[in-house]
Amino acid sequence: MWSYALKRAGATAVTLWAASVIIFAFIHVIPGDPIYVLLGDTATPDQIDRLRHELGLDQPIVVQYLQWAGHALTGDLGRSIFFQAPVASVIADGAETSILLATMTMVWVVLIGVPIGTIAAVRHGTWLDQGLSGAAMFFASVPTFWVGLYLILIFAATLGWLPSSGYPSIFEGGLGNLRYLLLPSLTLAAPNAALILRLTRASMLDVAREDYVRTARAKGIRPWQVVRRHILRNALLTVVSAFGFTFAALMSEAVVTETVFALPGIGRLVVQSILRRDYPVIQGIILVIVVIYLIINLLVDLAYRLLDPRVELQ
Amino acid sequence: MMLSVRDLTVSIGPETAPIDIVSGVSFDIGKGEILGLVGESGCGKSMTSLAVMGLLPQPGPRIRGGRIDLVGADVTQLQPWQRVEAGHGRIAMIFQEPMTSLNPVRRIGDQIAEAVRVHDGVSGAAAQARAHELLDLVRIPDAALQLAAYPHQLSGGQRQRIMIAIALACRPQVLIADEPTTALDVTIQIQILGLLRDLCNRLDMSILFITHDMGVIAQLADRVAVMYGGRIVETADVGALFNEPRHHYTRGLMDCMPARNLGARRLPTIAGQAPRPGAIRTGCVFAPRCAAVQDLCLVAAPPRIVLSEGHEALCAFPLQGERPS
Ligand SMILES: Nc1ncnc2c1ncn2[C@@H]1O[C@H](COP(=O)(O)OP(=O)(O)O)[C@@H](O)[C@H]1O
Ligand code: SF4
Ligand SMILES: [Mg+2]
Repeated sequence: MWSYALKRAGATAVTLWAASVIIFAFIHVIPGDPIYVLLGDTATPDQIDRLRHELGLDQPIVVQYLQWAGHALTGDLGRSIFFQAPVASVIADGAETSILLATMTMVWVVLIGVPIGTIAAVRHGTWLDQGLSGAAMFFASVPTFWVGLYLILIFAATLGWLPSSGYPSIFEGGLGNLRYLLLPSLTLAAPNAALILRLTRASMLDVAREDYVRTARAKGIRPWQVVRRHILRNALLTVVSAFGFTFAALMSEAVVTETVFALPGIGRLVVQSILRRDYPVIQGIILVIVVIYLIINLLVDLAYRLLDPRVELQ
Repeated sequence: MMLSVRDLTVSIGPETAPIDIVSGVSFDIGKGEILGLVGESGCGKSMTSLAVMGLLPQPGPRIRGGRIDLVGADVTQLQPWQRVEAGHGRIAMIFQEPMTSLNPVRRIGDQIAEAVRVHDGVSGAAAQARAHELLDLVRIPDAALQLAAYPHQLSGGQRQRIMIAIALACRPQVLIADEPTTALDVTIQIQILGLLRDLCNRLDMSILFITHDMGVIAQLADRVAVMYGGRIVETADVGALFNEPRHHYTRGLMDCMPARNLGARRLPTIAGQAPRPGAIRTGCVFAPRCAAVQDLCLVAAPPRIVLSEGHEALCAFPLQGERPS
């Protein structure tokens, strides 16, 4: 197990390096010059050259990459052109919102997707299953902002139960502030929970046809125990391996959600930084997202191998 | 009688126009007896055994008529867990596919202990100890080691022994074995058959043994029921059946046995194909393939003729007791 984990970690590091090259290159071929964004149209050529030199943008691109990557390894992601502050601290400011949002969302995804998917599978073919599967289909296909706007309309504008925008830190206002993230996390969870629901249902129906489930029934185990110990447990192997993809989907949908709910998170920061041509921030955020994504996939992979003894560990 | 099945009918299709895949099957198995149920693939052997075990796939085939008694108790519509609840759980089954019949992600010990827990009400160390005992009973060496193994680490023959161990957890009065050796090599097949014979004697257990192989029947069974097109067409003691087959289908099966065709370049087969369920509604189901078919056979369902004590055939014109060559 450990040697396998080490090998996978090595492969992850190589992927990360490749990703860093692509991120760096990609940002630099996008048209638009941050110097003009910063100085405006009235700048003299002299001013432009000086700033370009200060920011290191006059160096050969390979040198710029090596400097950026070397600093990134030490946790220094450069300075934001717009904020005139370290990128790491700019990202850290948005991290609280985004981490809490992602965590709450994943909790919803698991709490809604797995149990309801199980119910749909156990009752499959009935009106209950059809209703649940139909709802899942609906939520998996409507756009994120649409769900968000309707939730705001119902729970914020009409009923007035929950705030519709912003997020004051829980470190200042206490855990009660989590209510600001309730609607956003539900919005973000809707399509992903729907996918996990459908996946749970489908893989449970597959597993239920397996010979070993018949063996379990033959033992005289109660139906619910057969579901729990044999069908659900084996079906979740498939579901666990889908969590990596769910996370990737979450990232792109978070951008929309944070914008709709005006949350001071990383998703919104990305959009704003792109508009401001704030290269260091964009690079930093994408790098952080890639790192998180790779780590999650590594963990999912290792978890899968722990759960399924058939997978050789070499 | 340990197991008594009367007029069992298993059907598929709509309630209003059912198609019978098992029709009017009856048989009895006495204490310590091995009844061989033999017939070509698709004749309804598995459906019969699953119905008897209360394990018909749902949704799908259903028991439309008849009665199943386990040691005098009616268990016709009960699933295994309901039988355990009602105190009639001492029946078990092993299957044709040992490779897929065990849960791939759970340890052998846990899978046996799970059955022990249901039937003995013990768990933890006591259940593991009983699992160890069961592995000894099915002659698996290094039982302690195997309890911690996963199914993919074992061979097909070993997995079938594990399946037998799981089956024995309920201290079965009746064991159903649905083609348990069909998927195994010949040498392993002989070992498993020997083990079943031995367990039958030692534990005084009755066995419903299902196969398509007349050779296996000759080796193992005390009594035989020959099945064709969802019906039992002949029942007899094993000696009487091989000496004096009375149904034309039974005779056909025997003529096709490899042991009777030593030196032949190709094994003979019964001409024609087994009928699809519901394809033949009037007369004898075997008529399209029967060499002795008469006009009557096509219009009237054949009678069940008692030829001697314990020897019956479902045929209007049974063979007259000539010995097969
Ligand atoms: N789940 C099912 N649904 C409908 N028909 C089935 C099902 N399983 C088997 N059958 C049909 O029932 C008949 C008997 O099958 P089976 O009992 O498996 O035969 P055997 O075990 O003798 O080979 C076959 O014609 C088969 O096509
Ligand atoms: S009833 Fe007729 S067709 Fe059927 S087996 Fe007997 S002789 Fe053949
Ligand atoms: Mg079969």
